[in-house]
Amino acid sequence: MSTVWLCVLVVGAATVTIKASGPVLAAGRELPGSTARVVDLLAPAVLAALVATQAFAGDEELVLDERAAGLVAAGVAILLRAPILVVVLVAALTAAGLRAVS
Amino acid sequence: MTEGTYRDGFRAILPLMPAVAAFGASFGVLARAAGVDVLAAVVMSATTFAGSAQFAVVSVLGAGGTAAAAIGAAILLNGRYVPMAVAASGAFRGGPLRRLIEAQLLVDESWALSSREGGFDTKVLVGAGGLLYVGWNAGTAAGVLAGDGLTDPATLGLDAAFPALFLALLAPLVRSGSDRRPLTAAVLGAGIALVLTPVSPAGVPVIAATAACLLGFTRPRRAAARRAPAGRPQEARS
Repeated sequence: MSTVWLCVLVVGAATVTIKASGPVLAAGRELPGSTARVVDLLAPAVLAALVATQAFAGDEELVLDERAAGLVAAGVAILLRAPILVVVLVAALTAAGLRAVS
Repeated sequence: MTEGTYRDGFRAILPLMPAVAAFGASFGVLARAAGVDVLAAVVMSATTFAGSAQFAVVSVLGAGGTAAAAIGAAILLNGRYVPMAVAASGAFRGGPLRRLIEAQLLVDESWALSSREGGFDTKVLVGAGGLLYVGWNAGTAAGVLAGDGLTDPATLGLDAAFPALFLALLAPLVRSGSDRRPLTAAVLGAGIALVLTPVSPAGVPVIAATAACLLGFTRPRRAAARRAPAGRPQEARS
């Protein structure tokens, strides 16, 4: 088997397993109270980490580029209670505009 | 809490679809450039359905890396889905096969959109994830067929769309009410991710950041009240 297909099949199988293990084994079970409070904090923790890495991560380094400017513009739009479509557009247009002039 | 519908998930993810399709296409282009054949690229988007891991595999292979390095990088990047899927597991309904299939639609965006206080809404997850799946795979197909003729999504600023979406989804979670723990968890999560980014392989920062949710075990007021009685020497010193 080629290296490419080996990667495609192993990564595919691993990802299917990773995503399905919890839902298949533990479906329909309510979480106990203390665990539920922990799970409630998973969303803010993961989302903040995704914001941080997707805006500031380079190749194993922190970088400050047009994505950061897009994020600041998105933050302003969020404070002004703009709908998500506008927030996303403002970020993309800011980054694209800065790249076009630089 | 009112239960969401597939349509709610559909509509919530709609603003992000141009960016998702464009990145699916750029995955297709990069895969071909890295020597991945058309069928392998299409199969990968259909089965793995996780952008960052797929980009990692083709970039490792394109740079002449081994299969083990590519697979290792992809599994690290997808490791965050272990706690995320376990957190959402209680919301999935139906038999094992249906749960297995629906769980494949769990990606960062669909997971975040379906997050509710005290649980997850699988209809929203499936609606949003299903549309993302279609967009990602259609984009990949377009990318492997069109090749280099496509514009780099970064030129259009589409790479800035994803952190903006995650920030927009984060804002209402940390804004609400008297409980400061969601905000603390967010600050801690971002801090962990930023500190680890320069010193660990991609994927590890987000996995490590999930530890911030352990704050949920703290119950500040009651803990303080119970331990308050007789003066403790350490506290007196500090």
